[in-house]
Amino acid sequence: MTAIARQARRGATRQVLFYLAVLLIVVVALFPFYWILRTSLESNNQVAAGVGGSNGVIPSHLSVSAYANIFSQQHFLTPLVNSIIVALGTTVVTIIVGPLAGYALARLNIRGTGAILAFILLAGFFPVLAMIGPLFLLLKDLNILDNIYPLIIVYLVYTLPLSTWLLKNFFEQIPRELEEAALVDGATRLQTLRRVIIPVALPGVFTAAILSFILAWNDFAFAVSFLRTTSHFTAPLSIATFGQSQFQVFYNLIDAAVVVVSIPIALLVLFAQRRIVSGLTAGSFR
Amino acid sequence: MATNAPARVRLILPGRPPRGADSRSAADRRFGYLMVAPAVILLLAVTAYPLIANLWDSFHFDNLSYAGLPHKFVGGHNYAAMFTSGQWIAALEHTLLFTAATIVFDVVVGLGLAMMMHRKFRGRAFLRASVLIPWAVPTVVSAMLWKTMFDPRAGFVDYFLGAIHPAWANLTWVNASVWRAWTVIFVADSWKNVPFVAIILLAGLQIIPNEVYEAARIDGASPWQAFRRVTLPMLRPALSVALIFRTLQALLVFDVIYILGGGGPGTSTETLSFLNYQTFIINTDFGYGGAISMMLVVIALVISAGYVRFLRPQT
Repeated sequence: MTAIARQARRGATRQVLFYLAVLLIVVVALFPFYWILRTSLESNNQVAAGVGGSNGVIPSHLSVSAYANIFSQQHFLTPLVNSIIVALGTTVVTIIVGPLAGYALARLNIRGTGAILAFILLAGFFPVLAMIGPLFLLLKDLNILDNIYPLIIVYLVYTLPLSTWLLKNFFEQIPRELEEAALVDGATRLQTLRRVIIPVALPGVFTAAILSFILAWNDFAFAVSFLRTTSHFTAPLSIATFGQSQFQVFYNLIDAAVVVVSIPIALLVLFAQRRIVSGLTAGSFR
Repeated sequence: MATNAPARVRLILPGRPPRGADSRSAADRRFGYLMVAPAVILLLAVTAYPLIANLWDSFHFDNLSYAGLPHKFVGGHNYAAMFTSGQWIAALEHTLLFTAATIVFDVVVGLGLAMMMHRKFRGRAFLRASVLIPWAVPTVVSAMLWKTMFDPRAGFVDYFLGAIHPAWANLTWVNASVWRAWTVIFVADSWKNVPFVAIILLAGLQIIPNEVYEAARIDGASPWQAFRRVTLPMLRPALSVALIFRTLQALLVFDVIYILGGGGPGTSTETLSFLNYQTFIINTDFGYGGAISMMLVVIALVISAGYVRFLRPQT
């Protein structure tokens, strides 16, 4: 009787410790976001006064002046739109080019499949900073330096390797009989691809699209190397340069922008968590 | 067609049924090349082109700041300058030390986190989502976020530390002393990347069949023994993937370095990638920068060749 009670109590203690550890992790992961939100809701005066006294974990007043300021005076909408254009552009190119390559590598008996797959993998590991010099000179010679559109192609180095591998694995899992049946019925390869394979592969393409958008949205290295004019900046680059020429750093402005940039990503994570996790792991080993 | 070619392809695509008519497979192949071509050409444009251009530039003098001077061949001068440059050697040391510290920390903590997320309990989905968000936000966001947190006036680090010990209030961290600057960089980097390691390892944990643990338990293995003799060996593939990914990312670290002090104080937090950026974009020295880039490529190649070798027998 006492032994069972002791065991039960030990189990309960363990349970409490486990939940405490979970709580700790959630706090470490999310408390900084709370603090960002809190700082973004401070007025300039509160930021100047600093944290302390009545203005502690819970701020003394709330103000949306920082949000008004980043859009009206810092023109943050422009970099935000630039980022959306580039990230969506990269995503669209990726989900056209990626599935084509993934399908051919999974299904069509082409010579050098192994070498092509290895090359695509290696391309994904290519050091980003080793690309910027020659690409800078190339874009300069083509007169498209300080322009967001070339970034759509450059960002493919982030998105295409992962997407192609992920979709190749996905196509391999689709039963071969499905397309054989269509081919026997006299459909061409392209028709089979469009009518049979693409609809079945849609979840895989969707996963590739989400990951591509996140990866393109997050770039900083290329943007900081190629873009010069503030109206051409992407959102991450814009955040990095906020309040740099001032004597005081206005963290409420920086953090308001940080909140705005994080919202689409946080929404994607909340609604597509399973897909992101499966895509990340399927792309890396299987 | 070489007789051994289909065998190699079959190795990569397991369970391939025999092909139908020869004419269709030939047409398929042509079609296949067309389908692969856009991806390969686009990736060649953004990787092979810079690689060749860097190789060429690294043996030439090419600095936009001296636009009047000819881009003449200088032999191994850029490489000699790099290998004898105190700044490059220091950047190499910083990069290697940062990589060693960060991968050990990320893998140990990531493994613990993965094992927690592997357990079934109420709120598991919430834990996973809250862990995934730091990974998914841009590095600029995570770096800026920690810059705020470590700011003596705006952040919570000094606020809480000051509550414990008055002397710890109002410390400057970013760009202050070598140790404090690295602390901020390390925290910002791990906060974002431990979740990635945990997700990869979680996937590895999930493919270990439960029966193996049952068998170990029946044989009288303690939880620690089960972890060492069952979990760790069976987690090896996932561990290797996480390690190689993280090693590469850490060796090429740039964004956090740029945001959190820009290599400062002085040059004490400069890494190879940061030095490469400075050489190219700030100093516009494309010859010397080409040499630094070639070394970055060599480092990345060595690491990723290991990854490809590891992946091959499985796919």
